[in-house]
Amino acid sequence: MTIKLGIPSKGRLMADTFDWFGARGVTITRTGTDREYAGRVDGAEGVELVLLAAGEIPRELAAGRIHLGVTGSDVVQEKIARWETKIAPLAALGFGHADLVLAVPKTWTDVRDLSDLDAVADAFRRAHGFRLRIATKYHRLVRAHLKAAGVTSYQLVDSQGATEGTVANLTAEAIADITSTGATLDANHLKVIGDVMHKSQATLFQSLTADLSSKDEELLADLRSKIRV
Amino acid sequence: MTVKSDIRAEADRLRAAFEARGAETFEPQILQPAGALLNLYGEEIRARAFVTQDPLRGEMMLRPDFTVPLVQAHIINDRAEARYTYAGEIFRRQEDDDTRPTEYMQVGFEIIGHAPGAQAEIAADAEVFATIADALNGLPVTGTIGDFNVLTTAILGLDTPRRRKDALLRHLWRPTRFKALLDRFSRPAPPVPANADLNIPHVGLRSPVEIETRLALLAEEAKTPPLKTAEVDRLMALMAIRSTAPAAVDDIKRIASGDEDIVDAARGVEALLDALAAQSIDPASLNFEASYGLTALEYYTGFVFGFSAPNLPTVATGGRYDLLTATLSGGRLIPAVGGVIRPDAALALKVAA
Repeated sequence: MTIKLGIPSKGRLMADTFDWFGARGVTITRTGTDREYAGRVDGAEGVELVLLAAGEIPRELAAGRIHLGVTGSDVVQEKIARWETKIAPLAALGFGHADLVLAVPKTWTDVRDLSDLDAVADAFRRAHGFRLRIATKYHRLVRAHLKAAGVTSYQLVDSQGATEGTVANLTAEAIADITSTGATLDANHLKVIGDVMHKSQATLFQSLTADLSSKDEELLADLRSKIRV
Repeated sequence: MTVKSDIRAEADRLRAAFEARGAETFEPQILQPAGALLNLYGEEIRARAFVTQDPLRGEMMLRPDFTVPLVQAHIINDRAEARYTYAGEIFRRQEDDDTRPTEYMQVGFEIIGHAPGAQAEIAADAEVFATIADALNGLPVTGTIGDFNVLTTAILGLDTPRRRKDALLRHLWRPTRFKALLDRFSRPAPPVPANADLNIPHVGLRSPVEIETRLALLAEEAKTPPLKTAEVDRLMALMAIRSTAPAAVDDIKRIASGDEDIVDAARGVEALLDALAAQSIDPASLNFEASYGLTALEYYTGFVFGFSAPNLPTVATGGRYDLLTATLSGGRLIPAVGGVIRPDAALALKVAA
């Protein structure tokens, strides 16, 4: 039997994850051609590498199809209802930092906090005949945040990318997205209002639903002691 | 454990009882267009209802209640006063609690489009309450009533501009937000933000004129004196009333301390209790909670009620929803009141008895 370790299949997140494991004596390498999604794990016994899109790792962990996985805490909380009953965080990896924030045009000087946003949303609905649109891909997190703050007359519109551009394109009045430096918000003439909804970073998670034989438990304990989590 | 066919039989029995009281049966589709529900309830409904997609019809929802399609049908068919009943499944998405059911049966009794005015309202409120109470006759349930009119009267009576009253009324359904607004209006208003830097490009559909209009409003707000402590205390005391119904009427009158509008609201509750007594319901057997129904999804506006039993979901709930009919009809006054029974809960009580 083996422990299945899910890791993002491309980009900075993959490279940083490889480095993080490497620094703890567990070497992960891609095998085959550049385009082949295959790899090997050295330095820990019985660990099988599974390369996946970062956004699919939460689902695979929750379903128990992988034992361990690295992804952003934001996608886990967004995609998995009651995630803490299915997935446990083992270690924050110290990279991939991003804050989920709500942003409105900088010229909205009358909007300083969510209470203002609520008043503006109500007036907007009366003036325009539809609810103020907030573009995001983080539907659950944003809805929960706005519900807790009592903001009501809004609607979420789905945006899977280039979200900061939706305001200028007149397809949304405000956005909720992750930001690390704020440069993209600034370039699109937007400012952050309210608290950070979620502080995300790359995190190593363990599935609470995956089957583990007694041999698997040993393998997992061995890996965890090597990477000190 | 009750089986589904038993629950369905109980639902049919209840519906037949409502038909015997002059209600016609309404049978809407399970799949409803999402637009009207989203417009009415906002984004929050997405967390509470199942949304699905039809390639031709767009977004659809598994009906989260019967009232919205019923009111829509009443309006489209241009009906006068009518009594309706229905029995069937409703669907509720549960994001946080997997012990709560995602589908269950409801049986309803509703009066839509009755004559306007306080007298007719009280008669219809009492008829709905008595009809539901009668259907639950013999079951060990406790009835609780409330009346939003008491709280809205106290809010409208505050010595503060209408825009603040409207903000409070709009958030009466969200206790945390309501309290935050009350706190904000009880302190001196913050200073007005500066006008926008003209070098920053404006983006988006919300126009500079809309921003200026609101800045002017904030300037007025900054000059508005805080709410009077005595008035806020009175409102909080009214919201906290939980008592037997006749005692609650006395409490409202005492807290009103001479405010004629609030005393009138108390008389409205008293008149309702008299109307219930005329239907053989003892007012002393009912609880009154001024904040009853404040956390519900529904848009109740006046009389509200529920019947509950220990360790069961609320067996029956209902109330007046003139604001919902006004919203769905583009602002017309269509007085409406109704209630629903959960036949599974009613049956569980019967089995236990």
